[in-house]
Amino acid sequence: MQHVSPVREPLVTGGKSYHDVTQDVCRQVEAAPNVRWMAALSVALFFLGVFLYSVYRTLWYGIGEWGLNKTVGWAWDITNFVWWVGIGHAGTLISAVLLLFRQKWRSSINRAAEAMTIFAVICAAMFPVLHMGRPWLAYWVFPLQNTFGSLWVNFNSPLLWDVFAISTYFTVSLVFWYTGLVPDFATIRDRAKGPIAKVAYSLLSMGWTGSAKHWSRYETVSLILAGVSTPLVLSVHTIVSMDFATSVVPGWHTTIFPPYFVAGAIFSGFAMVLTLMLITRVVFKLEDYITMEHIALMNKIMMITGSIVGVAYITEFFIAWYSQVEFEQYAFINRATGPYWWAYWSMMTCNVITPQLVWIRKVRYSIPLTFVLSIIVNIGMWFERFVIIVTSLHRDYLPSSWVMFSPTIIDIGIYVGTMGLFFTLFLLFAKFFPVVNMAEVKTVLKYTVDNGPTYTGHDPHHDLIHKPTTHGVPANAPVNYNKHD
Amino acid sequence: MTKRFALGIFDDEDVLMHAIENVRAAGVKIYEVFTPFPIHGIDDALGIERSRLPIAAFFYGMCGLAFALWMQIYMLGFDWPMIIGGKPHIALPAFIPVSFELTVFFTCHGMVITFYAISKLYPRWRTPVLDVRSTDDKFVMAIEINESTDLNNLSKLLRENGASEVNEKEMTKN
Repeated sequence: MQHVSPVREPLVTGGKSYHDVTQDVCRQVEAAPNVRWMAALSVALFFLGVFLYSVYRTLWYGIGEWGLNKTVGWAWDITNFVWWVGIGHAGTLISAVLLLFRQKWRSSINRAAEAMTIFAVICAAMFPVLHMGRPWLAYWVFPLQNTFGSLWVNFNSPLLWDVFAISTYFTVSLVFWYTGLVPDFATIRDRAKGPIAKVAYSLLSMGWTGSAKHWSRYETVSLILAGVSTPLVLSVHTIVSMDFATSVVPGWHTTIFPPYFVAGAIFSGFAMVLTLMLITRVVFKLEDYITMEHIALMNKIMMITGSIVGVAYITEFFIAWYSQVEFEQYAFINRATGPYWWAYWSMMTCNVITPQLVWIRKVRYSIPLTFVLSIIVNIGMWFERFVIIVTSLHRDYLPSSWVMFSPTIIDIGIYVGTMGLFFTLFLLFAKFFPVVNMAEVKTVLKYTVDNGPTYTGHDPHHDLIHKPTTHGVPANAPVNYNKHD
Repeated sequence: MTKRFALGIFDDEDVLMHAIENVRAAGVKIYEVFTPFPIHGIDDALGIERSRLPIAAFFYGMCGLAFALWMQIYMLGFDWPMIIGGKPHIALPAFIPVSFELTVFFTCHGMVITFYAISKLYPRWRTPVLDVRSTDDKFVMAIEINESTDLNNLSKLLRENGASEVNEKEMTKN
């Protein structure tokens, strides 16, 4: 089947058989909800309530409920939008880019990461829609003639590009995620005891039987979806950054924005994946599937993208000085030393300095440190969006219109509320859907086979690696691992 | 229509791969193989033709691109020309993002809908499965049998090639 590397760490530990994978992943779906899950869901639902109340206030009394003013025409709404969209990117990156690069370690985390993408994009979409003030007219953003005549939408506007980018991104991610879920739904269906579960998962699995022909097509579909999702995910955040970059506001009008935003998105996305995975693996007892190796690899990606973001911050400063445009220069000096200096330096500390700790092996392999780090990065990336948006807007060309922005309780309520929405969706997903892609994990399972003493493990966690084991393989089977590689 | 199948149950995919080669070499036609996960090279062993889905995907993508360009050029260039930022009516560079997104949109959805349609996958109340363990950890080779089939020989062939069980099952195909 696959070549067993003598130097690489096993992807799944604990000597699992195929049946063990099914058992371990289905356990959570089949068991009655436990107290911890119920408690978490209650907290999430409370924040969902906060969200609904804030939305009601916004829609009933208008956008005046937000702290926006004449100069700062968008602040928390666009900050949160860009932040959530960015978080979503890691899921697609894990499922698409790592699939193209044949990174097999993605298999145990891609399902949850893709779910995270979808829920994050749902949260992100809330902000532009609410900022419209009259969301029931949201269909105006689509190319439909308006009610007064044959006037069309403006295809020259990055805000309209966003509409196309986000809707394509959302639907494509959803389809990609669902198609990957179908075989696993079939597994749950075939194990289901109750009549309701049988019918529900039968509907969800669309009659999947796992025939070789279907698998062959399924793999083709996954590969092409990955191939088109990879440029798609880059395009989405590029277009989001163009919302700013195509304007002439000092601090926004920079060509570095597209790659810098994409790197930032992957950075915050991986931080969120880490946060979620560290909790998921403990709560669902999936330590053998989401191993320390996975955490270290995700940490490394987070550090690399964090470094790219750091370079981007410095480049921005350099270019502001080098451009000799006084407004541009002022915008950056104001960011670092003006009234929002604390936001700027929080961003610098959280995004540039702390991720560098990942260079230390002990940090990379430490669960508490990784958890703290991932939260810090998420905070830092939120500040990055805030700094870019608010510090550029609150002082631009005309000193007489300079103002300070402060959020209202409704602004905060909507932001915190989307967390409630996100976690409600994620908790429901984790209860009723398989969190780990069983079919894909089974394909990489034979990596755990250690054929001899060639493997030199240095990590004491893997107590199994020195034992010659042949998990899932009958002793008398004619095994030839290199044959179909 | 009711069909009868002999089911060879295998515990390992490598054993299954050898069995497929040997069973086909013995001149027995394999109706279908059910596995819990995709197996590398099984399409070659079974003689499954390469899927033409990539061609379909390319076609859908081209449709999306053509549609996007037509839409933008017609709407902003001819139906209601507007001067926006002093740019020409048909500002092709500005049309690139939407054209790209719609190309991807059409490619993905067209291909996925085609995939479900040709594989006859759609939501249904109950799914008949030949052996429920084939979605868990067993690899099932189904061979259609009729009156002229020598079951003993078939069973022997499967067992000799590593099948841990050989079962018989009837299934009503709708």
